[in-house]
Amino acid sequence: MIDKTVESTAAALEGVSDGATVMIGGFGGAGQPNELIDALIAQGARDLTIVNNNAGNGETGLAALLKAGRVRKIICSFPRQVDSQVFDGLYRSGQLELELVPQGNLAERIRAAGAGIGGFFTPTGYGTELAKGKETREIDGRMYVLEAPIHADVALIKAERGDRWGNLVYRKTARNFGPIMAMAAKLTVASVHDIAELGELDPEAIVTPGIFVQRVVRVARTATGPAGFRKAA
Amino acid sequence: MQRLTRDQMAARVARDIPEGSYVNLGIGLPTLVGNHLPADREIFLHSENGLLGMGPAPTAGAEDYDLINAGKQPVTLRPGGAYFHHADSFAMMRGGHLDICVLGAFQVSVGGDLANWHTGGDAIPAVGGAMDLAIGAKRTFVMMEHLTKSGESKIVERCTYPLTGIGCVSRIYTDLAVIDVTARGLILVEAFNGLDRAELERLTGVPLHA
Repeated sequence: MIDKTVESTAAALEGVSDGATVMIGGFGGAGQPNELIDALIAQGARDLTIVNNNAGNGETGLAALLKAGRVRKIICSFPRQVDSQVFDGLYRSGQLELELVPQGNLAERIRAAGAGIGGFFTPTGYGTELAKGKETREIDGRMYVLEAPIHADVALIKAERGDRWGNLVYRKTARNFGPIMAMAAKLTVASVHDIAELGELDPEAIVTPGIFVQRVVRVARTATGPAGFRKAA
Repeated sequence: MQRLTRDQMAARVARDIPEGSYVNLGIGLPTLVGNHLPADREIFLHSENGLLGMGPAPTAGAEDYDLINAGKQPVTLRPGGAYFHHADSFAMMRGGHLDICVLGAFQVSVGGDLANWHTGGDAIPAVGGAMDLAIGAKRTFVMMEHLTKSGESKIVERCTYPLTGIGCVSRIYTDLAVIDVTARGLILVEAFNGLDRAELERLTGVPLHA
């Protein structure tokens, strides 16, 4: 019997090596797998390259991983936010390398890795600092920039429900990078709030088919908190 | 010289968004446009983080931080709305499926170049979806104050801030005027509060054709 569920977040993070590239789902707080990040901190892997849309909010989740000194480089689109003080400090003191990527290029580079694409030409960023040094090509009168896929050793994502085959459904905009990161990593670990019986998830509505997922771990449901913006007074 | 307020600017942009449009409103000033879209006009608001059919902010106490906009603020979903992942969301943007995007800006050039992501120097850069939006929508509107706090025009011959996209802006809405970016140069569509073209051109520092 195939059972991808594991007992604990510690078991879910077994085998992550130093120097690994780790994709972490989420857009601000939505979809950020905090329990898996905490388990990664406890697991102890260092010298990591992290792929995320942001660079941590507040002091928990990804910010806590940065603060623990485990990250060498971050690949992201929007590091600077009102509550990105941990990143800001490490970046300013030269302790963290930043590769800044336009968000759509980030998404497509991740998707390309999962889809076996060796690179693609995109109009995004053409003529800007973020395309400096990259190969360009005119196609049907429009200029494009060659972008490379981003592969990962591990993806940590948050879904709503999963089953023992690794099929996943998400919740609202917490879906964001989850489905494409699941495709791009050798080892995809999904946290879910509920494990469904096989066949219980509507096959017409499964967002991530289990082929993209290696481990599923159930975590208690906690309400997603605000992150990344200043609340109106 | 009487300037439009931020809400008046938003209302002016909203007037130009027809029923049935797929629209992305950028972070900051453009977000206000959503408050001025008439309820009897069906317009599909897109948010880069994976939703179409975005509705207004929830009532106090009903916030769900799994349902947020690009500025990470809580929003709602209208009946008929949909969620999707990031690659699909940016395919909608890059692939030319959005009719209009409205973006803030530091500078726009006479050729329609846009600078809105980075002030340069040692500021920590953050780009988000700005570059994808700028070049992806069928029409890119910029919405910004006409002048900087020190009185310099934000419409310039050449952008001095780092570029977001080249030749991508189609129309500029400021607190003083509406200006089209065309192959013939900048064309004044409308000046507010009786400001005449010669005076506006003097303030702007680049030619504004009638």
